[in-house]
Amino acid sequence: MSTATNTVTPTEGAQAAARIPGKVKGGHHYWWLRLRFIISGSIVLLVILMAALPQIFTGFGPGPTENCDILNSNLPPSALHPFGMDVQGCDYYTNVIYGARASILVGIVVSLIAFAIAAAVGAIAGYFGGWIDAVISRLCDMAFGLPFILAAIVVLQLFGQRNVWTVIFALALFSWPGGVRFMRSSVLEVRNREYVQAARLLGASNSRIIRKHIVPNAITPLLVLQTLGVGGMISAEAGLTFIGIGLTPPAVSWGLQLAAARDYIDAAPHLLIFPAVFLTITVLGFVLFGEAMRDEFDPKGK
Amino acid sequence: MPHIVAEHARRATNTSPIMELRGVKQHYAIARPLPFAPKKIVRALDGVDLRVKPGSTLGIIGESGCGKSTLARILSGLEAPSEGEVLFEGVDINSLRGAEKRHMRQNIQLIFQDPYAALDPRMSIEQILSEPFEIHPGLVPESGRRRKVQELMELVGLNPDHLGRYPHNFSGGQQQRIGIARGIALNPKVLICDEAVSALDVSVRAQVVNLLQDLQQELGLSFVFIAHDLQIVRHISDEVATMYLGRIVEHGTFAQVYDHSEHPYTQALLSAAPELRQGNGTKRELIMLQGDPPSPLDPPPGCRFHTRCPIAQARCAQAEPTLDGVGEGHNARCFFPGPIPVRSA
Amino acid sequence: MSNQTDAQQTPLLQVHDLRVEFSTSQGIATAINGVDLSVSAGQSLGILGESGSGKSVTARTIMGLLDTPPARVVGGQILLEGEDLLSLPSKVRRSLNGPRMAMVFQDALSALNPVHPVGRQIGELFRVHRGYSRAAAKRAAIELMDRVKIPAASSRVNDYPHQFSGGMRQRIVIAMALALDPQLLIADEPTTALDVTVQAQILALLKEQQVERNMGLVLITHDISVVREVTDHVAVMYAGRVVEQGPTAQVLSAPRHPYTRGLAESVASEELKGSRLPAIPGSPPDLLNLPMGCSFANRCWLATEECNGRVPTLTELGESRATACFHHEEVQPYAAHSR
Repeated sequence: MSTATNTVTPTEGAQAAARIPGKVKGGHHYWWLRLRFIISGSIVLLVILMAALPQIFTGFGPGPTENCDILNSNLPPSALHPFGMDVQGCDYYTNVIYGARASILVGIVVSLIAFAIAAAVGAIAGYFGGWIDAVISRLCDMAFGLPFILAAIVVLQLFGQRNVWTVIFALALFSWPGGVRFMRSSVLEVRNREYVQAARLLGASNSRIIRKHIVPNAITPLLVLQTLGVGGMISAEAGLTFIGIGLTPPAVSWGLQLAAARDYIDAAPHLLIFPAVFLTITVLGFVLFGEAMRDEFDPKGK
Repeated sequence: MPHIVAEHARRATNTSPIMELRGVKQHYAIARPLPFAPKKIVRALDGVDLRVKPGSTLGIIGESGCGKSTLARILSGLEAPSEGEVLFEGVDINSLRGAEKRHMRQNIQLIFQDPYAALDPRMSIEQILSEPFEIHPGLVPESGRRRKVQELMELVGLNPDHLGRYPHNFSGGQQQRIGIARGIALNPKVLICDEAVSALDVSVRAQVVNLLQDLQQELGLSFVFIAHDLQIVRHISDEVATMYLGRIVEHGTFAQVYDHSEHPYTQALLSAAPELRQGNGTKRELIMLQGDPPSPLDPPPGCRFHTRCPIAQARCAQAEPTLDGVGEGHNARCFFPGPIPVRSA
Repeated sequence: MSNQTDAQQTPLLQVHDLRVEFSTSQGIATAINGVDLSVSAGQSLGILGESGSGKSVTARTIMGLLDTPPARVVGGQILLEGEDLLSLPSKVRRSLNGPRMAMVFQDALSALNPVHPVGRQIGELFRVHRGYSRAAAKRAAIELMDRVKIPAASSRVNDYPHQFSGGMRQRIVIAMALALDPQLLIADEPTTALDVTVQAQILALLKEQQVERNMGLVLITHDISVVREVTDHVAVMYAGRVVEQGPTAQVLSAPRHPYTRGLAESVASEELKGSRLPAIPGSPPDLLNLPMGCSFANRCWLATEECNGRVPTLTELGESRATACFHHEEVQPYAAHSR
C-alpha cells in the first residue's frame, strides 16, 4: 500500500508531503479507498474462481446442460432451484454460474493480449522514436478511427460458428491502440531519466535498456489501464452476444442467457434478472478494482 | 600551502591530454512556431577547445545556459557534437561503432546531479552495481560479482551488508555514493561530475567531495568537475575554465583563474559568490552585473559578454576577441584583460 | 499609527514552542519539534538548515499555508504583534497574508499565473485589497515594478511571466509580496534557483527593501554565506529544532553548537585547498523515528551519555545568544578562522 509514496526517503517524506498538496494517503477518505479495494478485490477473486471451478459453486452436481427436463421449462425460483429453471428446463443457477467462464475468459484474455501488444509495441515506439514511432503512431490512429464495436461485429460476421476464442480474437484485434499510446507516452517519460542514461554510458545495448529499465519503470500505468479495461471487454462480449453476433450455442454465457430471456420477459423475469445482476456486479467489480489499482500506483492520474 | 600550489601546477602542466575537445559546437534546432517562421538555433556550445590532463581535475564554472551541462553530455559521449572532435587518448569517440564504442565507454563515466534520479528505483543496490559487469561479462566472473560489488561499496564508504536495499532506503549522500560506485565500477580513466554535489546538503557535500578526491588519488582518475558552487570548484580543481554563452572565456590553473582573473566576467562571477568574498583569503569587491545572461538562442554580436561588461568599449560590440595567452598557461577571451579598476566613490 | 510604539516593545513575530507533525504512509513524521523564534521590525532573521530540518515547514506554518492533513499543528503559538495566529479563524488568518505578512518562494515561475500579464497580477492585489480602479492599479503595478528595478517597467507591464528571465520573475514575485506593504516578509530559498550573479542582485534588493521599509525579514536558506550576507540574526535548525541562535556574525564565527560549527567548517574555504574538507560524518536522523535525546548526538564528537538520554533545551548564553547543547562550552572556534 505504500508503493506510490515509498519513492521518497523517510527523512524527506515530510518535506515531500508538504510540497505535494492533498495527495497523501491518510486523509479522511482513506477508509473508503481501503473498503473499495477489499470489496472489489473479493468480487474479482470470486468471479475468477467461479470461472475456473464452477463445480465448487454448484455442489459438484450435473453440468449446465444435464438433467434437464423440458416439462420444468421456465419454472420460477424454488427451494430446490434457487434461480428457477430455464427454457430447456435446466437448473438456472448452474447455468448462471457456468456462464461466468465465458465472460471472465473473454475479459481477461483480451486484456492480456492487448497488454502484451501494447507493452511491446508502445515500448518500441517510445524508445526508438523517429520513423518507427511515426509508423506505429499512424497505425494506432487508423485503428483508433474505426469504431471498436463495429469493427468487432464485422470480424465476427465472417464466422458462422462462434466460440469464446472467436470472440476473443475479434475483440483483441482492435483493443490495443489505446494501450500502445499509453505505453508510448510513459516510455517517453522514462526514456530520458538519468538512470537510463547511466546504463547507456555503461555500454548497455538497446534491448537491455528496454528490458531492464524502460519496461519495468513504464509498465504500471498500462497495467492499470488494462485492468480497468477488463470490465469493458466483459460488457462488450455480453453486448455482442446479446445482439446475436457474439457467442452462439452450445456455448454458455450471460450474454446468451440474456438474449434468450428477451422473449419471456413477462412470463419468466428471473431469466433476465439473475444473469443481469451477475454481469453488472462482475463489471463493477473489475472497474472498481482497476480504479483502486490506479489510485494505488498512480495517485496523480485521476 | 606553497608545495600544494606547486603540486597542482605540476599536474596542470603535464602536457599529453587524456581527453581533448577540438572546435566542438553543439547547435540544437528549436521547433518552429509556424511552418515558415525562421529556424531558431540554440548555440549551446560554439567552438570549445579543451584538454583534460591525466590524473588532474579540470573545473568548469559558469552560469545556467553557458553550456556546461551540454559540455558534460558531449564529453561523456551521451551526445555527439554537431561539429568538432571529442578525442579520448587521441581517438574520436564518435567515430567508433558497436563493440569498439562499448569498450570506449568504459573509460569515460558521468556522475549525475540528482543522485536519486540516476538510480533505477526498481533495482536493488546489488543489481545496480552488478549491471556494469553484466554488460561487460568478461571483466569479473559471475561467481566473483557479489564480492566485487561489496568491494565497491566499501570503497565508497557504504556498508556492504546493505546490498539488498533499494535506492529509496538511502539518504541523498549515500545515493550519490552508490552513483559514484557505479561510475568507477569499470575502472574508467575519466570521471565527469556534472553538478555531482550540488543537490547534497552542505554537511554531506563535504563528505562526497572528500570521497571523490580520495578516489582520484587511489585510482589515478582524471576529473572534469562542473559545478555552480565556486568554492567547491576552487577546492577540487587543478585547472579551471570559465564559460559564458557557449564559449570558454578564461582558462588557467585554479590560482590563475581565481586569484588573478583576467577576464571581467570571471571577476564578476567570482565576486558575486558571497562565500568567496567572506573568506579571509583574496579580498574581492562585489562587481554587480546588470541583468541576466542573454539567451543562447540569440547571442549578442561581438564579444558575447559586452552587454553586461563593466569595461566594455565600442570595439567589443563589433569584433569578438580570441582566447589569447595572458600568462603561462593562462588564456582569456578579452580585448582588455586585467583586473577591473575598483571605482572609488 | 498608535501601535507604532507597541510594535517596538513586543517583537513583530514570535513563535513559541511550535510543533508540527505530518502523517505519512509510513507513520508520523515530526517536522517541527518545539521551535522558538522572534523577529522585530527592521530586523532580518536567517533560518539556516538542511533539507528535513523543518525550516520550510516553519515558514509555511507561520503563513498558514500548510496542507492539513497531512500536516497537523500539534502545539505552540505564533504571535504576530502579540496576536496568536493559530487561534484565528482561517478566513481571518488568510486575510493577513498580503497586508500584514507576505512570502516569496524559491520557484518564481510557479508562483505566477502563466495566463495573465504580470502587471495585471500585481494590480489585482490593489484592486482586491484597496479597491483601486483598473487604471490606478496598473499605475501602481508599474511603480512597484520600478521599485524592484525591472528595467522599462511601463513597457513590460503587459508581458507574461514566461517572457521574463528567472531573475526578473523573482523580482516580480518580490514586488507582489511587497505590494500591500507587509510588516513581515518571509523568503523561502529565494535565490536557490538563480545564478550567482543574479543571486547577488536579488539579495541586494531584498536587503534594501527590508531596510527601506523597516520590515521584518525571515530568510530561509541552506546557504551559510547567504545568511552571512543578508541577515543580522540567525537561527540554526536541525531535525525540527532550533539548535543555536543569535547575532549572525557571532554565531557563525564563534559557534556554540557542534552542528553550527561543523556546518560553518564544511564549507570549503580558501585555506583548505589541497586538504580534506572537515565533514560532519553520518546523515540527519529519520524524522519518523527521532532519537530520545539530542538529534545530533549520533554525528557529534562531543556526545556523551547525557546527550543520548535527554533533549538539550535552548538556553540563553547572554548577548542575545542561545544554544541547545550540553557541551556548548567545549565547542571551540574552528581552525580556519583562528589562524
